[in-house]
Amino acid sequence: MKYVDEFRDPEKARFLLEEIRVLVPRIQSERATSDPIYIMEVCGGHTHAIFRYGVETMLPKGIELIHGPGCPVCVLPMGRVDDCVALAHMPGMIFTTFGDAMRVPGSKESLLQAKANGADVRMVYSPLDSLQIAKNNPDRQVCFFALGFETTMPSTALTVLRAKKEGIRNFTLFCNHITIIPTIKAILDSPDLQLDGFLGPGHVSMVIGNSSYRFIAEHYKKPLVIAGFEPLDILHGIWMVLKQIAEGRCEIENQYKRVVPEGGNTVALDAIGQVFELREFFEWRGLGSIDHSGVRIRDSFAEFDAERRFSVPALKIADPKSCQCGEVLKGVIKPWDCKVFGRDCTPETPLGALMVSSEGACAAYYQYGDIEKIHDTRELVEEVA
Amino acid sequence: MSSVVELAHTNGKARHRGKVKVPTITLAHGGGGKAMHDLIDDVFLEVFDNENQSPLEDQARLSLSAFAALGDRLAFTTDSYVVKPLDFPGGNIGKLAICGTVNDLAVGGAVPLYLSCSVIIEEGLPVDTMRMVARTMAETALAAGVRVVTGDTKVVERGACDKLFINTAGVGVIRAGVDMGVDKAKPGDAILVNGLLGDHGAAILNARGDMQLTTPIESDCAFLHGLIDALLSAVPATRFLRDATRGGLATVLNEVAEASQVGVEIYEDRTPIRSEVKGFCEILGLDPLYLANEGKIVCVVPREDADTALAALKSHPLGEGAAKIGEVTDGRPGRVVMQTVFGGRRIVDMLVGEQLPRIC
Repeated sequence: MKYVDEFRDPEKARFLLEEIRVLVPRIQSERATSDPIYIMEVCGGHTHAIFRYGVETMLPKGIELIHGPGCPVCVLPMGRVDDCVALAHMPGMIFTTFGDAMRVPGSKESLLQAKANGADVRMVYSPLDSLQIAKNNPDRQVCFFALGFETTMPSTALTVLRAKKEGIRNFTLFCNHITIIPTIKAILDSPDLQLDGFLGPGHVSMVIGNSSYRFIAEHYKKPLVIAGFEPLDILHGIWMVLKQIAEGRCEIENQYKRVVPEGGNTVALDAIGQVFELREFFEWRGLGSIDHSGVRIRDSFAEFDAERRFSVPALKIADPKSCQCGEVLKGVIKPWDCKVFGRDCTPETPLGALMVSSEGACAAYYQYGDIEKIHDTRELVEEVA
Repeated sequence: MSSVVELAHTNGKARHRGKVKVPTITLAHGGGGKAMHDLIDDVFLEVFDNENQSPLEDQARLSLSAFAALGDRLAFTTDSYVVKPLDFPGGNIGKLAICGTVNDLAVGGAVPLYLSCSVIIEEGLPVDTMRMVARTMAETALAAGVRVVTGDTKVVERGACDKLFINTAGVGVIRAGVDMGVDKAKPGDAILVNGLLGDHGAAILNARGDMQLTTPIESDCAFLHGLIDALLSAVPATRFLRDATRGGLATVLNEVAEASQVGVEIYEDRTPIRSEVKGFCEILGLDPLYLANEGKIVCVVPREDADTALAALKSHPLGEGAAKIGEVTDGRPGRVVMQTVFGGRRIVDMLVGEQLPRIC
C-alpha cells in the first residue's frame, strides 16, 4: 500500500533496533544501574500501533513503555457517560457518537445498552455527519457526543461554525473535549512518577505545533519526541529519545515532520479559539480533576451546548474502588499488576475504561499482549505477597 | 408452519397462477388469503418452480435412496440473513442466502442438495425488490446445482424487521470416508486460505454509505462446493474446513486453536488482503482479520499435503489467490499469534463484540 508500506519496512526496523540495542546498555552503564529506561507514549494511537505491530516484543528488556493518558475514551469519567445516556434517553433525541465510545460503561448503562433499551443512538464518523442527521430530521433534537483531544476539536468547532452559519436549531454538542498539555504537566507533577522521556502525540501536535511542549524540556528536563503512528515512526521516535538521553540532551524534537508543522495549524487553532474556551477544571477517570484540562462552548455559541440547553444530571460518580486505572495511566503499575485485571475486569465486562477502547493500555495488553508474561509476573507477585 | 408455501411442489400445469398487481407488499400479503397466494405464485413459484413438481403440500418430499447413493451421512444446516443494505456491490441478500447455506454444508464435506427458503418481509417493501431477490436466489441455486424445495413467507408490521430477513436451511450428503472437524488440527499442519480476505465486510460497510468513501471493493460472495470438491479430491486427509464469515479469519483460527487445543501461528506478509481493503481499514481503524467473508475458507491440512492442497485450490477459479498463511504449532493451546510485517509478534484474539471504528 503506497505511503503506508514504506513505514512498515522490517529492514529499516532491524537497523533502528540495532542502534537501540547499542544505546540502551550505554545509557544504563552511564547511570550505573540496570533499571529500565521508562518512555511514555502519551497518545492512545501510539499504544494501539505498538500492540498491533508487536513493537514492544521487539525492544530490548532495558526499555519499558508506559502507556499514557492519551486515549480520550479511556479518561472519560463515568458520570459523563451517565450524562450521555440521560441525553440519549430524552424523548425525541437522536444521540450521535464515535463508535468506540459506545461500549464505555456508565454507572447503569453504556450507550450500546441504552440503544438496545430503546434510545436512538447512532454511530457517526464525523460531527458533520451528525449535523447532516439534524438537517434530515428537523423535528428531532440531535446531540453529538464531542470527545477527544485537540485532534478532533477542530472538526467539532468547524461543525458548530457551520451550524451557526446555516441557522440550524436542532443540533447540539455534549462537549467533552480535553486538552493534552495540562495533563502532561499533571503527570510530571505526580510524585510517584518514574519517567525518562516522552513520545509526543503526532496528531495533536499537527494542530497545536511544537512550542507548547517546551516547558517539558526546559522545566522538567525530560526529552520529548513528537512521533507518527506507523511502527517505524514509533521505533524512530524511541531511538531519538534514547539518543537525547545518551547525549545528555532534553529537547523537543519532531520525528513526524511530514505532518506536524512547527507552528501547528492556524486555521484549526482559529476555529477552536472561536468556539471553545478553557474550563476551570475537568474531571478525568483515574487522574481526578485537572485544572484547565477541558474546554467548553463559548457563550456566543450557547445554543449549541447540550449542557446549557437540556438538563443534564452531571452527577459525579467515583471510579470503582478496585480499579487502578489512574496508576496504570501514570505508569506507576503495569496493567497486569492491577488487582482486577483479567479477572473482574475484561473486555467483555470492563470495570475501568482502560479495558474498553482498543487504545486503552489494559485492553491492548489483554488482547494483543503477552499474556504468558502477564501470568508469570502475576504469579510471582502473588508468591511474594 | 401454518402458512407454509411449497415453492416447488405446485403443479404448474394444473393450477392458475395469481399475479401481484400492487407495487408494495402490505400486511395483506401475509394474511393467508388471496393476496398471499398471489405473492407466492407471482414472485416465488414463478422463479423457483422446477421439475420436482408434486401437488402443493406442507413439506418437501425427498427420496432417501437418492441420498444414500451419494454418501453415508446427512448434513443439515440453517442460517438467517439480515444484511443491510439488501443490495451491495458483488451480490444481494438473495445470493448470500443461497451461497451461505451451500457453503455451510460444503465445508463439512457434504454435497449440497436441497434448500428451504423462509422470508420475513417488513410491510412497505417494494414487490420489485422481493422479485429481484427471489430471482437472484433462483439463479444462484441453479448455478450451484441445488434446489429450493420448500419455503414460507411472513409479512410483519413496519419496524418489526428491517425490510427483509431470509432464512435458508439446507440438506446435503457427506461422502463416505470424509471426516473433518474443528478438533482435528495437529501441530505441524498447514493453514491455507483460498484468496483475498475481508472483501465482503468492507463492501457491506462501504455500501451503507456512512463513510462516503469511494472504493471499488466488491463482496466475495460465492458458493464454494466446487472448490472444496477439488481440494478434498486432491487431499482427502484434509483435517478441517470452515468458511470465514462473521468474525473473519481471526475467529475461525481461534475456534480451531481452542477446539484442537493447539497453538496457531500466521504470518501477516503471507495473508492475502487487497490493498483497497487495507486502506479502508486504516481509515476506519478496523482490523481486516475480523472482517466478514462470504467466499473464503480456512483449510487445515497435514504438512506433507500442503503443496498439493495449495495447487488444488489454485486450480479452481475461486482459489486463484490461495495462500499458505501459517501453521498449527505446539504453542500455548488456544493461542493464535501473528508475526507482523514489521517483525513483531502479536496475539490475535477472539473479538469481544462488534468491531467499532476508532475515534482518531
